[in-house]
Amino acid sequence: MEKDTEKKYQIAVYVRRFDPERDEVPRQQRYDLTVVQGMTVLDGLHEIKQNQDPTLAFRFSCRMGVCGSCAMLINGKPALACNTQILDVTQSALTVAPLPNFNIIRDLVPDLVPMFGVHKGMQPYIKRSDAKEMEEPTGEFFQSAHELEEYLQFTYCIKCGICMAACPTMATDREYLGPMPLAQAYRYNADTRDDGAKDRKEIVTRNHGVFSCHYAGECSNACPKGVDPARAIQLMKKDLVRDYFKLGGARKCAQVHKLPDTIERKEKIAAPAYTVER
Amino acid sequence: MKETAYWSWFIIAGIVMFVLLGLHMAVMHLTGFLQLFNPAGGEAIAWENVVYRGRNMFFTVTYIILLGAALYHGFYGLRTILFELGLKGQAERSLTVLLWIVGIILFCIGTYAAIAARSLQTVL
Repeated sequence: MEKDTEKKYQIAVYVRRFDPERDEVPRQQRYDLTVVQGMTVLDGLHEIKQNQDPTLAFRFSCRMGVCGSCAMLINGKPALACNTQILDVTQSALTVAPLPNFNIIRDLVPDLVPMFGVHKGMQPYIKRSDAKEMEEPTGEFFQSAHELEEYLQFTYCIKCGICMAACPTMATDREYLGPMPLAQAYRYNADTRDDGAKDRKEIVTRNHGVFSCHYAGECSNACPKGVDPARAIQLMKKDLVRDYFKLGGARKCAQVHKLPDTIERKEKIAAPAYTVER
Repeated sequence: MKETAYWSWFIIAGIVMFVLLGLHMAVMHLTGFLQLFNPAGGEAIAWENVVYRGRNMFFTVTYIILLGAALYHGFYGLRTILFELGLKGQAERSLTVLLWIVGIILFCIGTYAAIAARSLQTVL
């Protein structure tokens, strides 16, 4: 008797294709694929590209759900192609399309540049008013385990764009900042080492900012890393309202804890040389 | 911070509406066993009951607060929907001003009606 792991399935894969030099609108193309258990959608796309159609374009890198490059719409749901097994989704027909709410560069490759632009605008890094301490640290910023918990889950974001594709507000309002940049703004606002919340709040409270979120929660449902951007957005709204009504509760920025002189510090590890000339 | 102010008051208006609409439902639709603010008995919309509530200061104030909350909540929601259509900077500002003007005019008309109701007579 044939084992389940060896059983082969014939699956029709419908891929949405778009070549900006040839096509005016996206079209659908069918490929027939033999699938075995454990085969991911990304494996299937590689199989098609290698043996059936070398012109098929898609983006990938790590193949293990870490880099976020291969996000696409799989049977109507945004997901990572490397993290989705074909037989978990279907045993007959599979549809694959680029992420919605993004412009398409080609085939399954969405243009993520605008999303990264908004993310960059959120100043997603530790900002301190004591710039000298940042440049030449004299100690460490103390942070308790509890304070770390406040933002830890939001650091797991891999910027794949799946939350942006799942968001119904993004679908109607292209000016909306989006769940990923907003969640990342909260991630740094909630970090006790950071002092830049005031600057970020100026950005997120503009029109099409944090208050445009209708709390559908699809971003959190779709996130392949278990991050909860909807929660970050609601917590940020709460902080903003507390600020507006001057209800207090604003956290204090972590102070520098000087290390005792008796402690021997190791030399800093030198940064590796650049692999390409700058 | 302007959007924070708009949104905060939008939520507060929603809470006010929740409470006052609860009172409205109790007064208007639970008359069978509550008989709240219906001294003449019978239907809540019986003329004597309407006049009683219209001349009652508590209801005058309540009507005006409910009117303000409903107008603000509704117009903020409408503004959000219209903004999602892809309006740009100047159009958004103009729309906000327009909605404020329309809202204030409607609020004045409604407030006038609530105050005018204080002079209703039981016998026509």
